[in-house]
Amino acid sequence: MHIVVCIKQVPDSAQIRVHPVTNTIMRQGVPTIINPYDLFSLEEAMRWRDKLGGEVTVLSMGPPSAADSLRKALTYGADRAVLLTDRFFAGSDTLATSYALSAALAKIGETFGAPDIVFTGKQTIDGDTAQVGPGIAKRLDLKQLTYVSRIVDVDLTSRSIVAERRAEGGVQVLMTQLPALVTMLEGTNEIRRGSLDDALRAARADVVVWSAADAGISDLQKCGLRGSPTVVKRVFAPPPRSEKAELVETHGRTPAENAEALIDMIFARAPGVEADLVKSVSGF
Amino acid sequence: MSNAPASPQAGGGRASMKKELPERFKAYRHVWVFVELERGHVHSVSWELMGEGRKLADKLGVELAAVVMGGEDAGVREAARESFAYGADVAYIVENPVLADYRNETYSKALTDLVNTHKPEILLLGATTLGRDLAGSVATTLLTGLTADCTELDVDVDKSLAATRPTFGGSLLCTIYTLNFRPQMATVRPRVMQMPPRLDGRDGRIVSFGVDLREEDIITKLLRFVPDRDSNKSNLAYADIVVSGGMGLQSAENYQLVRQLASTLGAEYGCSRPLVQKGWVPAERQIGQTGKTIRPKLYIAAGISGAIQHRVGVDGADMIVAINTDRNAPIFDFAHLGIVTDAVRFLPALTEAFRKRLSPHSKDRLAG
Repeated sequence: MHIVVCIKQVPDSAQIRVHPVTNTIMRQGVPTIINPYDLFSLEEAMRWRDKLGGEVTVLSMGPPSAADSLRKALTYGADRAVLLTDRFFAGSDTLATSYALSAALAKIGETFGAPDIVFTGKQTIDGDTAQVGPGIAKRLDLKQLTYVSRIVDVDLTSRSIVAERRAEGGVQVLMTQLPALVTMLEGTNEIRRGSLDDALRAARADVVVWSAADAGISDLQKCGLRGSPTVVKRVFAPPPRSEKAELVETHGRTPAENAEALIDMIFARAPGVEADLVKSVSGF
Repeated sequence: MSNAPASPQAGGGRASMKKELPERFKAYRHVWVFVELERGHVHSVSWELMGEGRKLADKLGVELAAVVMGGEDAGVREAARESFAYGADVAYIVENPVLADYRNETYSKALTDLVNTHKPEILLLGATTLGRDLAGSVATTLLTGLTADCTELDVDVDKSLAATRPTFGGSLLCTIYTLNFRPQMATVRPRVMQMPPRLDGRDGRIVSFGVDLREEDIITKLLRFVPDRDSNKSNLAYADIVVSGGMGLQSAENYQLVRQLASTLGAEYGCSRPLVQKGWVPAERQIGQTGKTIRPKLYIAAGISGAIQHRVGVDGADMIVAINTDRNAPIFDFAHLGIVTDAVRFLPALTEAFRKRLSPHSKDRLAG
């Protein structure tokens, strides 16, 4: 079985700061990580490989430095890493990204064997769109299984997959045919600690690096900024409310006194809340 | 979001990329809202979107249409009539047994065919598990732009859709346009937009649309649906009072201080994203751009700095009370009341003070 997991290298969002004066992103020195949602898909892919045999290939599109994240995926136990990198991809929105990744997936199929399952993360923590997975599925005609909480069965003989999918108000148990695209829900498994062997292998391994041309992309009009139907016109920090928060005067007061003062301020401004609370308490 | 600019101005920078809309898109008109109907129930996000769609349609001087699909006798016509009460002028309905339950295969085909036939300029969907699953497929097939999880929708001076959403992991907002493609697609998360008033007796026209789908041609099968048990559901999104905690709590153990205050107030409890990422609190309790959006009467945020990704989830609260040691934390920019102090020390005192105030005994004493 051949499984491909698409991963993205993202800035560690907890560390992003906005410059207080210029309102621009301060990216310098922000460490990068594998998008945390991707790790649930990577672990699930490796579990099914371990069970049914075969290989897991990790694929990422990004700057040359994204090779670090691919190498990290190898230390977890992935078998092969492919980096798709080219200046023509700069400025890609989700439609252009799914185009480039689909081309690379087709090339991976030709080179290393057609994938039975393609995984992506549920979404990324920097873009948060959840659109690239469905985009890849549509372009490659893969059956789409998003928000999967559990893969119940993969049967390579009948080419079928059964999965539990999180829906509004319940769980759908769906059966479909391979090849399929799966996005795993967070918290469904825990990424393994890679073995020492994997760490040594990853240190020596070559990440396969492809340009747009290497991936068989001939129509550069579909890539990057030119291939993106959406245009970001404005990036801004939201203005503060016209009045700042009214603060409790804490100087020289105990926590108990401060608490009383805060409650007085809440009830003065929101008498409805006080009435509701008194009503709900006396209801007991 | 009430704080974002009402009408983003065109001009300068990337705005100069605007070209004349290609001829093939000039026939695209009207605003559509996809109505999520599942097991006879319409998701409330669909009516919230209908309220936004109405405003956009009025600004553009076009019609607002609801799109409702489902199985036969699945409540499609009832939902279509309900959509008129929430502002729709037209309802496109698709009734077919293969649409009885949501499946990407059938729904994306039906919606794509409908768009290609009746050509809307704007198509809005809820950012639910269904809406996101569907929107990504349809936008890719139509090769058009899709903006996810918008917090504000507006019409620009040149009549294009200005879709504002958080970006860079929720540290800034950006306004996105789909200039040269149609329809312009966007999703909005539940509770982000206000529920519009329901005007019973308001009428509209129903347009039935047939799709060529037979069950034997559909590869994906729904084996069964397992409904959530009510006891497992948190009522966070709809609670009147919410107490939540952030990294200022300093440890997983201290999160119980948030739960104790919530319990005293009969409130729901939540948290900011880092607490979920650290594994201190389950993901269903997360408030913000990637978690729940809430609109309570009272929101108490303890040890939360107030990054934009959190702010967009609580902007609809009537009153925001912030507890934070950092006087310059962004949360004090949008909270109504605040106290600069350590939440870990202050929360027990606040819980105790509320408990005393609200106990029937203390009321008697006050009354006497």
